Amino acid sequence: MKSAGALYLWTIIIGGMLVTYTTRLSFILLIPQERVPTLMKRALRYVPPAVLATLILPDLLLSDGNLSLSLQNYRLFAGILAAFVSWRTKNTWLTIGIGMGALWLLSSL
Amino acid sequence: MKTTARAEWFAGVRAQLPILLGVVPFGVIFGALALSAGIPPLETQAFSLFVFAGSAQFISALLIAEGTPALIVVLTIFVVNLRHALYSASISQYTQHLSKRWKAVLAWLLTDEAFVVASVRYRERNNAHSHWYTLGTGLTLWASWQASTAVGIALGTVIPENSLLDFALPLTFVALLVPLLVDRPTGMAAAVSGCSAVILCGLPYKLWILIAATLGVAAGMLAELRLGRAKDLPQ
Repeated sequence: MKSAGALYLWTIIIGGMLVTYTTRLSFILLIPQERVPTLMKRALRYVPPAVLATLILPDLLLSDGNLSLSLQNYRLFAGILAAFVSWRTKNTWLTIGIGMGALWLLSSL
Repeated sequence: MKTTARAEWFAGVRAQLPILLGVVPFGVIFGALALSAGIPPLETQAFSLFVFAGSAQFISALLIAEGTPALIVVLTIFVVNLRHALYSASISQYTQHLSKRWKAVLAWLLTDEAFVVASVRYRERNNAHSHWYTLGTGLTLWASWQASTAVGIALGTVIPENSLLDFALPLTFVALLVPLLVDRPTGMAAAVSGCSAVILCGLPYKLWILIAATLGVAAGMLAELRLGRAKDLPQ
């Protein structure tokens, strides 16, 4: 494939850096804390659990873009097992180890 | 560095190690994929160095391969990374006492993976040296992203995805999420955002992350209004 032009690429890299860094800086540095509305401050408690669940569930429930709730969906099964381990032990490595072990075992059966 | 600062730093580095299992393969694949999209090695590494945002980099490489105008690519990166404003707002409540330099560095490192690890730590045991934890976790991720991109450039061919390693990332997130579910509002936030994500994740530009997370946050606040929250929590 023909390689893209340097000016074109560097415009994207520098532009991409500026827009990305601005969103990351927004509330940390650019917008003073006293300007953040109270309602938003109350909402922030729910950002971490909401973002995590958002990132997890499609990975567990979808296979090839389709909802899969059957026993054939090994990721879902391993994920539920990992959630149980995490709930009982609160141990990250044990959660990952048992989850991956379960997936490996199920898919090699 | 005082002892506690050093302890926080190493705790932050350690917390990022399980995440790397899932992130490093993506960095390698990015390096290889960018080359095949027609981006030279120097510019490929520059993407990881300066943009430092996994999903936005993958989408950019695709758009560049199709010869998309630069302005459109930059706008797409902006939309894909809008969710970081949400993270920025969430982290800002713990960084107010820091100097501008610290804020600038921590914001630079604020990716999905660094955010989830740091915000769980802040909630569970926030202390005067917590910013060292966030720095340790963010720099570990940043360095691994650079190294894995370089490996991908060196290998130059697309590495087949290993579905087992691929699974480490959602499992790490499970381990981070479960301890956060301490009352019904947090449970509602997770349930609603998770289900919304499954329904919406066909939407382009990772917009579904922003929408599903916002719906979850709204559900959590509504539940708090009706049921009250656990009293023993900070904030």
